[in-house]
Amino acid sequence: MRESRTDPLSFEIPTSTSTPDRSDGSAPGYRANRTLPVRVELRRQFTRRRTRLGLGCLAVLPLLLLLAFELGGDDHDSHHTLADTATFGGMNFAAFTLFAATNFLLVVIVALFFGDTVAGEASWSSLRYLLAAPIPRTRLLRQKALAAAVLSCFGLALMVLMALGTGLLWYGGDPLLGSTDEVLGLSAGLLRLGGGCLFLTLHLMWIAGLALWLSVSIDAPLGAVGSAVLVSILSQILDEISALGPLRMLLPTHYSTAWTELLGDEVDWTALANGVFSGLVYGTLFTALALHHFRRKDITG
Amino acid sequence: MRLAAPTSPTVRSVRSLPPVRRSFLLISLTLVTLVVAGALMWSGEEEPAPTKQVTSRQVRIDVLDGPAEQHRVQIDLTMYAPARTPAPAVVLAHGFGGDKTSLTGPARNLAERGFTVLTYSARGFGNSTGKIALNSPEYEVTDARQILDWLARQPEVVTDGENDPLVGVAGVSYGGALSLLLAGSDPRVDAIAPVMAYNDLSRALLPDAASAEPIPSDTPARGAAESAGVFKKSWAARLFATGTGGPGTDERSRPDSEGDMARGPRSEQPVTCGNFTSEVCAAYTELAESGSASRRTLDLLAAASPRSVTDDIDIPTLLVQGQQDPLFGLSQADANARQIAAAGGKVKMIWFAGGNDSAAPGAASWRAIGDWFAHHLPDSDIPPVPDPGTGFSYQVRGETRHEGGSPLHTMVAPSYPGLSGERAERRALPLYGSPEQVINPPGGTASATAALPEAAPESVGSTAGQTAVFRTRPLEKQLLVSGLPQTRLSVASVPGQPSSGSAVLFAELYDVGPDGQREPIGGGSAPMRVTDLPADGRSVQVDVALPGAVRSVEAGHHLELTVTTTDRAYASPKNPAVHVVGLAGQRTISLPSVRSRMIGEGTVPTVALSGTSVLLLLILLSWAIAALLRRHGATAADPDLADTPLVTSDLVKAYPGKLTAVDELSLRVEGGQIVGLLGPNGAGKTTVLRMVLGLLRPTSGEIRVFGHRVSPGAPALSRTGSFVETPGFLPHLSALENLESYWAATGRPTSHARFEEVLEIAGIDSSAQRRVGTYGQGMKQRLGIAQAMLGLPDLLVLDEPTNGLDPPQIHRMREILRRYAATGRSVLLSSHLLSEIEQTCDHVVVMREGRLVASGTVSEIIAGNGEYTFRVDRPEQAARTLRLLEGIGEVECDGERLHADLGVHPPAVAVNVLVDAGVLIHQVVPRRRLEDAFLELVGEERH
Repeated sequence: MRESRTDPLSFEIPTSTSTPDRSDGSAPGYRANRTLPVRVELRRQFTRRRTRLGLGCLAVLPLLLLLAFELGGDDHDSHHTLADTATFGGMNFAAFTLFAATNFLLVVIVALFFGDTVAGEASWSSLRYLLAAPIPRTRLLRQKALAAAVLSCFGLALMVLMALGTGLLWYGGDPLLGSTDEVLGLSAGLLRLGGGCLFLTLHLMWIAGLALWLSVSIDAPLGAVGSAVLVSILSQILDEISALGPLRMLLPTHYSTAWTELLGDEVDWTALANGVFSGLVYGTLFTALALHHFRRKDITG
Repeated sequence: MRLAAPTSPTVRSVRSLPPVRRSFLLISLTLVTLVVAGALMWSGEEEPAPTKQVTSRQVRIDVLDGPAEQHRVQIDLTMYAPARTPAPAVVLAHGFGGDKTSLTGPARNLAERGFTVLTYSARGFGNSTGKIALNSPEYEVTDARQILDWLARQPEVVTDGENDPLVGVAGVSYGGALSLLLAGSDPRVDAIAPVMAYNDLSRALLPDAASAEPIPSDTPARGAAESAGVFKKSWAARLFATGTGGPGTDERSRPDSEGDMARGPRSEQPVTCGNFTSEVCAAYTELAESGSASRRTLDLLAAASPRSVTDDIDIPTLLVQGQQDPLFGLSQADANARQIAAAGGKVKMIWFAGGNDSAAPGAASWRAIGDWFAHHLPDSDIPPVPDPGTGFSYQVRGETRHEGGSPLHTMVAPSYPGLSGERAERRALPLYGSPEQVINPPGGTASATAALPEAAPESVGSTAGQTAVFRTRPLEKQLLVSGLPQTRLSVASVPGQPSSGSAVLFAELYDVGPDGQREPIGGGSAPMRVTDLPADGRSVQVDVALPGAVRSVEAGHHLELTVTTTDRAYASPKNPAVHVVGLAGQRTISLPSVRSRMIGEGTVPTVALSGTSVLLLLILLSWAIAALLRRHGATAADPDLADTPLVTSDLVKAYPGKLTAVDELSLRVEGGQIVGLLGPNGAGKTTVLRMVLGLLRPTSGEIRVFGHRVSPGAPALSRTGSFVETPGFLPHLSALENLESYWAATGRPTSHARFEEVLEIAGIDSSAQRRVGTYGQGMKQRLGIAQAMLGLPDLLVLDEPTNGLDPPQIHRMREILRRYAATGRSVLLSSHLLSEIEQTCDHVVVMREGRLVASGTVSEIIAGNGEYTFRVDRPEQAARTLRLLEGIGEVECDGERLHADLGVHPPAVAVNVLVDAGVLIHQVVPRRRLEDAFLELVGEERH
């Protein structure tokens, strides 16, 4: 604001070179399928406080749980829930941590990463510049969703690994005690936990898709995230009403804890497959809606 | 023997309310049928309902039975006829305590499949007369033969020959045994399907699981061959109570004295015998009193046992047995299977999760029975089924499901092992534990309560001194037990301690979890009577067959074998005794584990799997289609416009229900031009710019950038740089980081970006590390313009670029833009300030309410078309004077001012004329018609 030189620039702006005739009329060096690389988008997101806070929550959760178990007495003699067996060993602790995060924390984190994709850019007014760069809309949505997926998976892995590390250090490497008292060794137990993470990754596609859709529909990022979480909570409440019977299978959260089947000796693959299917169907549906909406949207924000 | 209405053996019971139960059963059956029918109709897989009409008729027929066939008994029967007759017949025989209505459901289902189905109440039950003779060949079996005679005469039944119906016989429990007995004595029976039937009644009521001889282990469920073991008093009492009380009779009113003869059975024998024949009654009384059987009783039981006729059964036999049946366990079906297979019969074995005191055979079992008869009683009117074969299947309870409840998995093996060739697989687990003394308390009072239907498993005994315990090590792998586990034990008297030379012991096997939770394997305990124990303490070794079970023992669990002296379900010796029980032989427990594979019933999530694959396929397909459309969707460029940065033609943006934001706007930006888009706020300038950048879709019209049509994300837009309304930056990054991040997002080479130059244009120190969030509005604005200039685009689109800048910065910006255009690049900028446009642009497009008002070079617009305004002292005279000029245009007065279109005349001529006319001229200026109109509009906006 201080500059008031008569000569505004210390350099010459080079003359416009007539661009070679590129068939699509683009500038030299521009290729639509090179715009917004995931790496760039990840850097954009990872430098944000919100992203770090979300990941931090996931990393800290195991420590909080450990603290809770250490402060609280160990006065249960039955072990029919994962909470009862959480302190049996590192793998049980990790399983419990995953279970504790399944229905809310992971949903919130995934909703945060996906709900912020477009709405966040819109709230910074930077969306219009990205689109005018131009980044094709489908590609923008895809790259942002990919980056959000990477962050979500990273968060999930971070939490489970933190829980495993904490648990193995604190409670030792005892075998995983499953829901029907069968015992799984280290490699089998780790495989089951990995399977659980994989299931959650696929199942949570529904909330990812929903948040993505809301993100392109609502320009306020917190509105999109909050609405997605709200839908998840409503679905969980409805799931509690047993009078709904088989209709509950249609609820997106109905199979959210189906991964715990993997901890049993005999796996109910139906619930797992249904969970994956349900996640895929809702995820695809919402993603298609998001794409449809975003491609036709007038960008005013 | 299936108890239709379970009645407690104790007189205290007040809860038997059969009528209510029956109506409840009826209601639930109706409901179930409705639901099932609804589900079938919903799924649409079944044939339409009208073809499945079933008609029924009730008949009472007289039969003659007894040793000389002179007892006349009336049998009550119901015949269910399918829509198409004649058809093969199926006779359904009910269980002990039931009557012909017990099997209404299965009967109707079979009739719907096309069979003529006959159910009848056996003698002594329901509305049939006569007394219960426990399936005696002379009574019940004779009755059944005469029912076949009657059946052969009915028009609804297909016959093989004269007086020979095409008939299959199925029965449940007591009825199942009848089907075997009938098949063994009447060659007209073509196929049978006994359910939960017994092979040997004496082994069922007086079992002995211990055998001095080795128990063969070729079949998985072979029991010990001994009989006359330990009296199963609780079950016998229940059966007897059912027979004496009879279904539908309140037990409390059953007389113990002779004073209530009117309600008693039509008989001259003691009322304690109830509906039983005197022979049966005598046998029971003897058993109950002594706990052991005489020769006569054993003969009676043997004659009533299918074992006596299985040598003659060579017809297809489907054996359905309950896996948790403490009354007629798996060993009974095993014996039937072995004997019938040896006689040449085709045997298929099905074990289901249930038994005489738990779950009745379910729809799946009845479906299998229907399939069995459909295949073995072939008829053109019955839908053909694949050959049910001679396989073996059993059910394993899975762990609790996500949905709640635990699934039943059906395991199948190609054949029942041991019948021909291959033996059943067994796994031997070492047992550990030293010999222990067990005491039979005086009176034989039971502390263990297994095998009683009412007993809770937790109460299973741990009474000190009465139980010996042997354990395995924890299992390393899961093990599926399917059949009768076997072990070898040594039993000895203790010198100096009481013993009668024979020990009665009860063995049970438990599955113990890592946390100590115990669950019994198999229903009930295995009673043993070990005789001929030497008084000097030498031991006797016996093979023991434990109760049959199907159970999956998890890894980490161990097995526990307990041997105890008492069991409430059995009659133990009353004399006190002490024995030593220890492991013998291999000191192992041998667990049968039939090699099998799991099938169906929801274990394969077909819906989800196929759905997932279809979905993935759809996604792939739409992706491919989208790619194809993209490839062919590119519109051709206009070569004439290849050097024209921007052309819009008839651009319209209309919002439904609102004002048209942009209406038929055509403008053009040539190379090297700075074009200003001038208009008051709300004129539609920003809308035009957003459409140019592909952010908004035009309602109609077309935009071309360097000849390429603009659509959202059109590649040609990469030659434009833009600043629209407000700058957009990531607040947590610095200026340079923001520019770098943005440029990286465009995917273009870093060398093309020119960060340094652009930051200098913005007047921002490139080394500044402050976050953009802390910037003032002017700085953000400049950074925004800098971002637009990244890569020095050929067309710069700027929306109100000088908003928020102070005058020196505005001045500098003008200079920059001028120099930018001087390089051959073009700038399109919008403003609501004429002065701004006037000083920056060389071309201007004026908009109002979305419409183009004027366009041209700035000088043209400013100068107007020869129109001038004169401020004079006498405007009217001046007007008259000017109108005299030849070729002059319109002249009008406006107060002190005079507006005139001078046409071809230069202003100097007009001044001269006016001066000559004596008019005093204060001022002559070009008339700025547009500015007047424009300022008015702006003024309106600003108030």
